[in-house]
Amino acid sequence: MRENSLLEMRGIYKTFPGVKALQNVDFTLCEGEIHALMGENGAGKSTLIKVLTGVHVKDGGEIFVKGHANAVSINSPKQAQALGISTVYQEISLCPNLSVAENIFLGRSENRIISWRKMNKRADELLKELGINVKATRQLASCSIAVQQMVAIARAVDMDCSVLILDEPTSSLDESEVAKLFVLMRKLKARGVGIIFVTHFLDQVYEVCDKITVLRDGKLVGEFEIENLPRLQLVSKMLGKELDDMADIKNDAPAYTSKDEVPVYEGRGLCSDEGISPFDFNIRRGEINGFTGLLGSGRSECVRTIFGADKVTGGTVKMNGKEVKITKPIHAMKQGIAYLPEDRKRDGIVGDLSVRDNIILALQVKTGFFKPFSKAKATEFANKYIELLDIKTASVNTPIKSLSGGNQQKVILARWLLTDPKYLILDEPTRGIDVGTKVDIQKLMLKLASEGMSVTFISSETDEMLRTCSRLLVMRDRKLVGELTGDQLTQNTIMATIAGGEKNAE
Amino acid sequence: MSRFNRQGGGILKAPSKMTDTNLLTTITVCVFLIMYLGAIIFLGEGFLKPQAFFNILNANAALIILSCGMSLVMITGGIDISVGGVTALVAMSCAVFLDEKGGSVPVAILIAIGIGLAFGIVQGYLVAYLEIQPFIVTLAGMFFARGMTTIVHTDPFNVSNPDFVALKDSRIVIPFLGSTNRKGIFVPAKVELGVVVALLVAALLFFALKWTKTGRNFYAVGGNRQSALMLGVNVKRTTFLSHVICGLLAGVGGFVYFMHVGSGSPQHASGAEMNAIASSIIGGTMLTGGVGNIIGTVFGVLALALIQNIVSSVGLDDAWWTGITVAGMLCIFLVVQSIIIARRKKRDLSAANKKPGSKEKAAAS
Amino acid sequence: MPSNALKPPKTSKIPNIFRNQIFIPIAALLILAVFNLIADPTFFRITLDQNSNGDPVLNGYIITVIDYGSELAILALGMTLVTAASGGQDISVGAGIAIAGSVLLRVLCGADSRSAELQAPIIVGFLASCLVAMIFGAFNGSLVAFFKIQPMVATLILFTAGRSIAAWINHNELPIVSDETFSYFGNYIPGIPVPTPFFIAVACFIIMWALLKFTTLGLYVQSVGINEKTSRLNGLNPELIKLLTYVILGVCVAIAGFIKVSRLSTINYSVIAKDIEMDAILAVALGGNALSGGKFSMGSSILGAYVIQFLTTTLYKFDVKSDALPAYKAVVVILLVIMSAPAVREKLSRLAKKLHPAKAAAENS
Repeated sequence: MRENSLLEMRGIYKTFPGVKALQNVDFTLCEGEIHALMGENGAGKSTLIKVLTGVHVKDGGEIFVKGHANAVSINSPKQAQALGISTVYQEISLCPNLSVAENIFLGRSENRIISWRKMNKRADELLKELGINVKATRQLASCSIAVQQMVAIARAVDMDCSVLILDEPTSSLDESEVAKLFVLMRKLKARGVGIIFVTHFLDQVYEVCDKITVLRDGKLVGEFEIENLPRLQLVSKMLGKELDDMADIKNDAPAYTSKDEVPVYEGRGLCSDEGISPFDFNIRRGEINGFTGLLGSGRSECVRTIFGADKVTGGTVKMNGKEVKITKPIHAMKQGIAYLPEDRKRDGIVGDLSVRDNIILALQVKTGFFKPFSKAKATEFANKYIELLDIKTASVNTPIKSLSGGNQQKVILARWLLTDPKYLILDEPTRGIDVGTKVDIQKLMLKLASEGMSVTFISSETDEMLRTCSRLLVMRDRKLVGELTGDQLTQNTIMATIAGGEKNAE
Repeated sequence: MSRFNRQGGGILKAPSKMTDTNLLTTITVCVFLIMYLGAIIFLGEGFLKPQAFFNILNANAALIILSCGMSLVMITGGIDISVGGVTALVAMSCAVFLDEKGGSVPVAILIAIGIGLAFGIVQGYLVAYLEIQPFIVTLAGMFFARGMTTIVHTDPFNVSNPDFVALKDSRIVIPFLGSTNRKGIFVPAKVELGVVVALLVAALLFFALKWTKTGRNFYAVGGNRQSALMLGVNVKRTTFLSHVICGLLAGVGGFVYFMHVGSGSPQHASGAEMNAIASSIIGGTMLTGGVGNIIGTVFGVLALALIQNIVSSVGLDDAWWTGITVAGMLCIFLVVQSIIIARRKKRDLSAANKKPGSKEKAAAS
Repeated sequence: MPSNALKPPKTSKIPNIFRNQIFIPIAALLILAVFNLIADPTFFRITLDQNSNGDPVLNGYIITVIDYGSELAILALGMTLVTAASGGQDISVGAGIAIAGSVLLRVLCGADSRSAELQAPIIVGFLASCLVAMIFGAFNGSLVAFFKIQPMVATLILFTAGRSIAAWINHNELPIVSDETFSYFGNYIPGIPVPTPFFIAVACFIIMWALLKFTTLGLYVQSVGINEKTSRLNGLNPELIKLLTYVILGVCVAIAGFIKVSRLSTINYSVIAKDIEMDAILAVALGGNALSGGKFSMGSSILGAYVIQFLTTTLYKFDVKSDALPAYKAVVVILLVIMSAPAVREKLSRLAKKLHPAKAAAENS
C-alpha cells in the first residue's frame, strides 16, 4: 500500500448474469481526502460501493485497508463496518420512530441494559462537536431530512470509521443544507477521515472534492486531481466521447415577444396549502419557461399548484382565454396539461406494472373508466414511444422498476406525451439520470416547443435552464421574486436575483 | 400530563417533542381514568369499591398477558392472531392432563409453557426466516390450535383435580384495601393469582422494552426493517424473538385463563385474539409497528373491560351490546389515532419545510 | 451498462410456467387430486340420483366442491380487489354475511319470524341485503381510504360487532322461510341436476370478467395498490377506488349471504359463514396474489377458492370432524405457503443449480 492511503482496491472484477459490472477497477483513497466517484448510470459506481460495503462479494481483485497487512475480504456489511468502512445512503436508513440518540447508538452498544442518561449525554456531546444542532432526545421523524442525514453521518463518525461513503447524500437537500453538510465533511477531512463522495452534481464535486475517479462501462477511466480536470473534460470522460455535446444545444429558440397572443395558460393569484405566496403565471404557445430558485424555495410547489397536485386554495385560471377550474390533477389533464413530477420513484412510476401499463396510464384515465384500450392498442402506443424516445427495455411487459433511472424517466415522459398535451410541466426531469439522457431530454423539449407545445421546466442545474428557457421565473422563500428574459438570462443575474434579499437580511 | 396543562392546548396540540408512543399512551390512560370517574359519578358506589376494580383485573388477567405478547409482536411490525387458539389449546390440554391423566400441577404448567413456546418457535421461524407474512402464518396457527383443541378433547368439562382447584381458589388479600359490607364488617379486597402473574409479566416486559438493548431492537425493526438491518440489528432474530415471546406469553396466558375458568372447552377464549389486538390498539400500539407501550396496553385492556362493565350496568345486558360497544370503542380510538398521527406528521413536515435550514444557519454562525 | 443487462437471463420454457402465478393453485389442485386418486378413487365418482322431491340431482364429492366452493369463490372475487387496492384484507366478510342474511330474512319474513308466506318478493329482500352489505362495505372502505387505517384493523371493528348487529336486526330470533322457491337458490332448481350456487357463481365470474374487460377497473386498482401518489397525479382518485373495491366486496358478501341463507332457509348468527373470511383470504393467497397489494390475477383467486373447498371436502371425506377440520387445513396451508415462499424457492433453485452445475453455467453465460 501507498503511504498514507486508507484504502486500496486493486483489479476488482464483478459479474452479474449477463453483465460485466466491474472489470479490473482500481481505486485508492488517502487519509483526509474527499474523493468523488463519478460516472454515468450503469458505469459501475454503485456496484463498486456495494463491493466495498459487503453488499456484493467481488469476483476478483484485492482490497487493502490501512492497518491490515494482507488483503481483506469483505463479505457482509458488518465486516465492512468492523474495518471502519461506513456508508450513508441517499435514502436515509435510520429508524424514524426512535430518538436521535438511539439512532446513533442502535445495534452498537455492548451493554445489554441501556442507560438513557449516559446515551443522551454522549449523543449530545457528539452532535455538538460536529456542529449538528439537534437535541439527542428528539424523535428522528420530526427532524428535517438534512438533519437526519447528518445524524446518520454522526453515527458513522462515532463508529470510528476511517472510510466514509456518502452515496448521493445531497439530492434531497437545499443549498444551505448542502453547505452545512460540506462544513461537516471538511471537519471530518481535517480529522483524517477519507470520504468517498458519489453525486450527480458537478458543482458540488468542484466545491468540495480533492480527487475524482471516473468509471465508464464498468472500467476505470482514470483518477485525477481536481485542478487538472476541468468540467468539460470530466463530462467528456464520463461520456467517453470527445465531442462537446453539452455545448451543442444552444438556446436558439426565438424568445417570445408577441405579447398580444392569448396565453395557453394563465393563472392569477394561485396558491396551495403547501404555503406558497399567491403568484401569477402565464405561458404562451411554443414557449419554454422555467421556475428557478433554491431547493425548497417553492418552485416545485408552484408547478404542483398549476397542475392541482396539492390542494389548491385560491386563484383563477384561464386556458386559452377561457376561465376553467383546476383543483385536481384530472381537471388539469382534461385541459391538456401534463406534469412530470420531481420525485420519480414516489410520484412517477407504478413500480410493479409493466412499461406498457405505465405508458398508457394517464391517457387511459383521461379517456375514461368505461373505455379501456385493448391490449393490442396499448402495445402499439407503448412500442411507438419506446422507439421514439429510445427506451431501453426488454419488452413492453417488463415491470418498470427493473429499468434504469433514465429509462424510467423516459417512460413517464412517454406517458405524458401520449396524452398529446398542449402544456407540459417538467419538474427536475434530469435529476439522477446519466448525462446522455439529460441531453436527450433537453433536445426533445426544444423540439416539442418548436412544434407548438408550451413547456415549463425546472432544474437544479442552472445551465440546463439557460440553454432551454426563454423566460425564467425566480423563486425565493416561497415567493415569486423576479422574471428574467432576453439578456438577463445569465448565471450572474439569476444568482443575484435568487440571492437578492438574502444578502440584505444577513 | 402537566406539560399539556401548562400549554393549555389540549391533547390535539400536544408538543411535538413528545414521541408518538408516549402521546398515545397518555391518551389511553386519560380516557380510562375519565371513564372510571364517570362510572363512579353516574353509576354510583359500585365502582368505588376496590373490589370492583380488582374484579375487572381478575377477569382480564389472561387478556393482559395475551395483549402484552400481542403488543410486542405489533411493535415489531407483525401480528399474531393465534393467541386465542393457543389459549384454548393450553386450557384443554391442561384440563385433560390434570383430570384424565391425573397429572400434577407443576407439570401442567410446564405443558402450558411448552405448547406456547412451540407455537412461538414454529411461527417465528416461518415469519422471520422464511419471510412468510405473519398474518397468514398465525392464521394457520390459529386454525391449527383450534382444531387440535377439538382433537385433544371434544366436549367441555370442569376440572376436579384437588391440587388444581386449591390453586384456582387461592386469593391474595390486598392489605388496607377493601370495603365494609352491609353488616358493617370490613371485607378486604382480593385478587386471583393470575393477576399477580399478569402484572409481573407486564412489568417485566415494560422494563425489557424500555431499558434493554434487545427491547429497543423491537422498536427499531418495527420502525423500519431495512434501516434496522443497516444499523446492525439482527432483524431476523429480533422478529423471531418477538414471536417466541408472544407464543410463550400465550402459553402463560392460557394457563392463567385456565386457572380463572377451571375447565377445558373448544369454545374457550374465542375472539381472544381480536380482544388482544383491540386492547393493544386502544393502548396506543400502532399496527404499522414501531410505536407502542406496555403500560398503554394494560390500560387498553382495562378500558375495554370497563366499557363492557359500564354497558351492562346501564342495563344493556343483551349479548350483542358487548360486541357492539367494543367495536364502537375500537372504531373511535382508531379514528382518533389516525387523525392525531396525520396532524402531527403534517405539522412536523411543514415545520421542517417552512424554515429550511434556519436552525442550521444558526449553528453554522 | 450494456443493454442486454436489462433482459432477464434466458431460461427454458418450463421454468416460465413455474414462475406464472396460476401455477401455485394448479399445483395444489394436482397434489390434492393425486392424493385422492391414490387414497380412494371413488372421490371422483359422480352419480345421478334423485332427491327427496324426486328431482334428479348430481351427487359426488366433486359436485360438493363446486357447490360449496361457490360462496367462497364469490367472496374471493371481491377480496382480490380489496387486497390489490388497499394492500390488506377484509376480515369482516363472515360477519357481513351474517348481517346480510339477517336483513334478507327480516325483509322476507317481516315482523313474524314464523310467517307462512313471504312478506316481500325475494328480489326485494336480496336488494335490501345488498344495499346494507354495500353500506357496511362503504363503512370499512371509508375507514381504510379516508382515515388511512390498516384494512385488517379497520375491518376488525365489524368483525367484532357484525354478528351482534345481525342478531340485533332480528331481535335475536331465528326466522325461517317456509317458501319453497327461496330454497332453490342454495340447493337445486327442480329438473336441473347441477346445484344452483354454481350457476350463481358462474354468473358472478362473468360479471367480474366483464367489469375487468370493459372498464379500466383492473388497471386502476393495481395502480392504486402499487403507488397511490402516482395514481393521484395521473388523475385517479385513490380513495374513491379503494372505497369502490370495498363496496364491490359488499355486493359479493350479499350474494354469498343469500346463498348461505337459502341453503338452510334460516340463519344461525354465530355459526353462519364461520371462519369464511379466513378461507377467502387463503383463496387469494393461494392464488399467488401478494397480500400486500398490487398486481392480481382474478382467475388464480377463483381457482384458489375451489382448491380450498376441495381440501375441505377431502378432509370431510376422511371423517375429520368439522371442529377439527381447521387443524388439518392449517397444516396443508402452511405447507403450500412454505413452498411458495420466495426465500424457500430461492433455496430450492440454488439446490437445483448445485445438482446441475453444467446447466446453471450454461444459463449464466
